[in-house]
Amino acid sequence: MSAPTLQTGADGRLRHLLTVEGLPRPRLEELLNTAESFLGVTQREVKKVPLLRGKTVVNLFFESSTRTRTTFELAAKRLSADVINLSVSTSATVKGESLLDTLRNLEAMHADIFVVRHGTSGAAHFIAQHCLPHVAVLNAGDGRHAHPTQALLDVFTIRRHKPNFDQIKVAIVGDILNSRVARSQIHALTILDTAEVRVVAPRTLLPVGIESLGVKVFTDLTQGLAGVDVIIMLRLQKERMRGALLPSEHEYYRQFGLTEARLQGAHPEAIVMHPGPINRGVEIDSSVADGARSVILEQVTNGIAIRMAAMSLIMGTRTQDGREVG
Amino acid sequence: MRISIRGGHFIDPANKVDDTLDLHIADGRVVALGTAPDGFQSDREIDAEGLVVCPGFVDLCARLREPGAEHKGSIESETRAAVSGGITTVCVPPDTDPVIDDPSVVELIRRRQRLAGQAKVVMLGALTRQLGGEFLSEMGALMEAGCVGVSNAWVPVANPLVMRRALEYAATFDLTVFSVPYDPLLAPDGCAHEGETATRLGLPGVPRSAETTIVARDLALIEETGVRAHFCRLSAAHSVDLIERAIGHGLPVTADVCAHQLYLTDRDVGEFDSRFHLRPPLRTDIDRQRLLEGVRSGSITAVCSDHQPHDQDAKLHPFSDTEPGASTLETLLPLTLALRDHGLDLNSALERITCAPARILRIEAGTLGLGAAADVCLFEPDTEWVVESHALYSNGRNTPLDGRRVRGRVKQVLVDGRSVFEAG
Repeated sequence: MSAPTLQTGADGRLRHLLTVEGLPRPRLEELLNTAESFLGVTQREVKKVPLLRGKTVVNLFFESSTRTRTTFELAAKRLSADVINLSVSTSATVKGESLLDTLRNLEAMHADIFVVRHGTSGAAHFIAQHCLPHVAVLNAGDGRHAHPTQALLDVFTIRRHKPNFDQIKVAIVGDILNSRVARSQIHALTILDTAEVRVVAPRTLLPVGIESLGVKVFTDLTQGLAGVDVIIMLRLQKERMRGALLPSEHEYYRQFGLTEARLQGAHPEAIVMHPGPINRGVEIDSSVADGARSVILEQVTNGIAIRMAAMSLIMGTRTQDGREVG
Repeated sequence: MRISIRGGHFIDPANKVDDTLDLHIADGRVVALGTAPDGFQSDREIDAEGLVVCPGFVDLCARLREPGAEHKGSIESETRAAVSGGITTVCVPPDTDPVIDDPSVVELIRRRQRLAGQAKVVMLGALTRQLGGEFLSEMGALMEAGCVGVSNAWVPVANPLVMRRALEYAATFDLTVFSVPYDPLLAPDGCAHEGETATRLGLPGVPRSAETTIVARDLALIEETGVRAHFCRLSAAHSVDLIERAIGHGLPVTADVCAHQLYLTDRDVGEFDSRFHLRPPLRTDIDRQRLLEGVRSGSITAVCSDHQPHDQDAKLHPFSDTEPGASTLETLLPLTLALRDHGLDLNSALERITCAPARILRIEAGTLGLGAAADVCLFEPDTEWVVESHALYSNGRNTPLDGRRVRGRVKQVLVDGRSVFEAG
């Protein structure tokens, strides 16, 4: 296992957050604990702490995503940072300006944090390699590679319901092949020594060699869900029908959609998660998405706290115990 | 000019000579081995003690980037890089811009090569017009212009009927068809071996079947037509099996591998290191071992550089947006010599980059028999050195071996008896 060194400095401190892979467990738990302390902030009357006052966070989105961008913006503002939102249409970059050129132009903004979402795997790594040394890069999703803050908020949410990872089974269901979320979730769960991590999908949506990441592979949903404590449903992109990966949404729902009946096979206290946005009636039935076992909206709330934690940790402004936040 | 190269370890795999022998050259040709002919007075003596003296290397595939991509390299710069690596003949695939599907392009490249006066250049003509995979190229004219074979380079001939007819038509002119087995339909946006590394990094994969299905298809067509063909740049273990089986059945096929494919794997991609973005992609250790075995057994007859120099910008993007390929002319010798650590003796290792590729190209090169052109390489077989990208002669600094310690260093190179390179 090659430990990524780009995101952790020689002192072991986080310089960037590019991927969950290779994060030492104490670092990962530090992120979760810090988020825990921020959770209080978001519930207060005055929802602001001055940790990033005077700092500039640039949301650099090469792929449109209102939801993710908004949670990063909110997180930055609650830390009192100045926020700039930039949507760089990839068509403009295709027409000549390279990512490196875009980056050089943005340096004039004197950003302290780049929050980057890009459609190409490795884009956040690339930016971290080539940006000015004082700039921290926070990966908000790169291609099929990684989406660390989403995975962190997911394990954060799980931890609040099932604190002992070594005693739970987690099933990730859906388009594993194209999912950066799944990859980051798998890393986060294995770092936390989760008793069993399963992936459930038709063979066309399972990447070759996924077992090497430490998961059990299931192609049957009923078997895959048997006795699990956590079910994570992934969003199915409609494009997958065109690529001959799936025959139809209808067939997918019949074989891999999460319904009340299918949920019966899981542990009686199993929770249901989804990174959103949901395709009701495609990967999940409405009654499950809105049901008692669903923690989907909780995930959104926790997302802000996790992103506050990630930003404050990579800027190194966190206090020792992670509690003293103004 | 008469030259005597004295006291070297002379190796000529084509003639199975491997001894301490003097080599005597007159008017650009070999005139004697051992004792000089009566009355031979050399104008220059080269002391080759401690050096291996062997035929200059023949490289089955090197992109010189001219015409069409002069910002990456020129015939002048890349043939100079070739001789600095001991290579005296390079074979250029037809995917230049314009494509080598017309005698005028052949003539242009030849003229530029003559002006440069470094390594010799031979060319493969396009198999189909504009490499479009649809209409046959004017192979007769290309042959008359001097092309040594035909190929569609990396552009697939998707239609098997066109491929079959191209094979048959090429055979009409006794031209060898060089197949680069790759089906992009099996690897949409593919940029890394479909396996653990690509899965971990979320990179679009290139399955082995993108290569093996075309090897299998072309072998079936060759079996039916009896046409002579060469398979280029094998990367998958199963491709070697297919080639060995075909050779066993007596089909007129040969194959090569590029040198770095024998030592690097997809794990070297690490965290999106674009220097390891290659085509064919680096595969697993199982594939690498099978390729080595093929080179050992001789089913893979030749080793080549597959030189693809790039400008800096080409590699300065997120991994999948970078251009594939590596600048490899100057590391062909050390990587070939490293075959000594994998069960080949020095003589057999050198055969893979001298007479074997020359036979595939059916050209007179890669040997130093009496009367042969005096294309000679003198090298120190055991000198260690560190590859440094900035020190390369090639305009392309994109070497995946940057910083690695290698063994075997070129000392001096002659082309037609003329010294074109001497290490400082």
